[in-house]
Amino acid sequence: MEEAFATKISTPATDKDGSERAPSISVAGAAPAIAPDHETDQLKVTLGEFEGPLDLLLYLIRQDQVNIYDIPVARITDEYLRYLKLMEELDLAVAGDFLVMAAQLVELKSRMLLPRDSTAAEEEIEDPRAELVDRLLEHEKFKAAAQMLWSRATVEQAVFTRAEIETDKNNPEVAVGLFDLLTVFQKILARHKEEVLMEIEREEVTMAEMIERLRNMIRSAGELNLVKFFERAQSRRELVVAFLSVLELVRLAEISLIQRETFGEITARAVAPA
Amino acid sequence: MAEHSQTAAELEPEAIEAFEADDEVQGTREISATELKGITESLIFVADEPIDSKTIAKVLRVEQAAIDEAIQSLVEDYGERSGGLQLREIAGGWQISTRPEHHEHVRTYLKSRPSAKLSLASLETLAVIAYKQPVTVPEILEIRGVQSPSAIKTLLDKRLIVARGRKETVGRPMMYGTSKEFLIQFGLKDLSELPSIEDFQDLAGSVANE
Repeated sequence: MEEAFATKISTPATDKDGSERAPSISVAGAAPAIAPDHETDQLKVTLGEFEGPLDLLLYLIRQDQVNIYDIPVARITDEYLRYLKLMEELDLAVAGDFLVMAAQLVELKSRMLLPRDSTAAEEEIEDPRAELVDRLLEHEKFKAAAQMLWSRATVEQAVFTRAEIETDKNNPEVAVGLFDLLTVFQKILARHKEEVLMEIEREEVTMAEMIERLRNMIRSAGELNLVKFFERAQSRRELVVAFLSVLELVRLAEISLIQRETFGEITARAVAPA
Repeated sequence: MAEHSQTAAELEPEAIEAFEADDEVQGTREISATELKGITESLIFVADEPIDSKTIAKVLRVEQAAIDEAIQSLVEDYGERSGGLQLREIAGGWQISTRPEHHEHVRTYLKSRPSAKLSLASLETLAVIAYKQPVTVPEILEIRGVQSPSAIKTLLDKRLIVARGRKETVGRPMMYGTSKEFLIQFGLKDLSELPSIEDFQDLAGSVANE
């Protein structure tokens, strides 16, 4: 029977690596569907957003329109196992959580078959399904609560507060001083010392060339991490020229320097022509 | 310029105390009720986050009751005016925002689209945490019937939940609760504003009984 299923899966919206897939999310209403395809005489199965075994169980109960307080355990268990088999064929990883529930259902089914202790008083006989029903109802409550949260969030997303106000705290541009720059420069200089470079011949880079290089790098990337820029320098002399060219472009107001946090990295950005 | 826009919430506690120290006689600065109302509104407007009357009272060096009164009067004004803005109590503070019914036009202007919502798994996990907090991962699993590690990570990343220490039980599992950001994003005054979980009981029963 299962082999005849033409399966079409819409995978559950997982939030792997924290990224939410916005458009595919539908809340609580997501249900799998089995629709007969009249042309090919096959059943098309769409597995909806089954979040877990409880959801699957609730779905089966609702689909069969049975009373949740009087679940026909044998029938629901069979259906559950059929779904499980299908899911196993499609996605082994999903099945793990579901197997536990399958075992519980089978156990419940067998307990239902046991003859009841006729000597026990009527009210003492506890329905073996009671625990499962409680869990299902509890789960259902939280599904409803999730839906409530969803509608609240939707309304809140339609509400806007004013944009951020510029303060000293969130305007890092003013925060970079000459000494911040010198600190960065010094660090690079220190690192440079340690590197043993074979200098074959002296390559002179002029100030004008360095300024041009800096301009090009900023232009092509939009902004430039100054550490990266300084690290390109092949010699101490070149480093000094690089540093001076940064100062020169700042003086000419061609670039602005941004430091997002104290002792953080300094970025150079082209100043938009007025 | 920049100094003026610094929000009260950002003022150092010491700075506020310093204010208080040299203000020996409370209420020496004569601020009329009208003026107080105006200043209160300004502060609520510039605050980055919902601001409470206590903070405003400290900045203005007046009794908190006076601020509460001013806010109440402002709430009435906003209600009567039914303009484009609303003044609401959120996460234990006050906030001025646009009204949701104008969102379409506001979005058109801002060229913003509704941002990615939480997945169903994350929302359900969040619901369990909101109602059962502080709650551990095994307890969440018991209710949801399914593991939710990625949902919890997402909620932590979005700062909607925070760790609340460890439960003194086997394995000392981490407990989680909702954050202030949760209240802000879901437009809640405080947690008591959430409908009671028992209210969902009837709903659940009736749906399941269909």
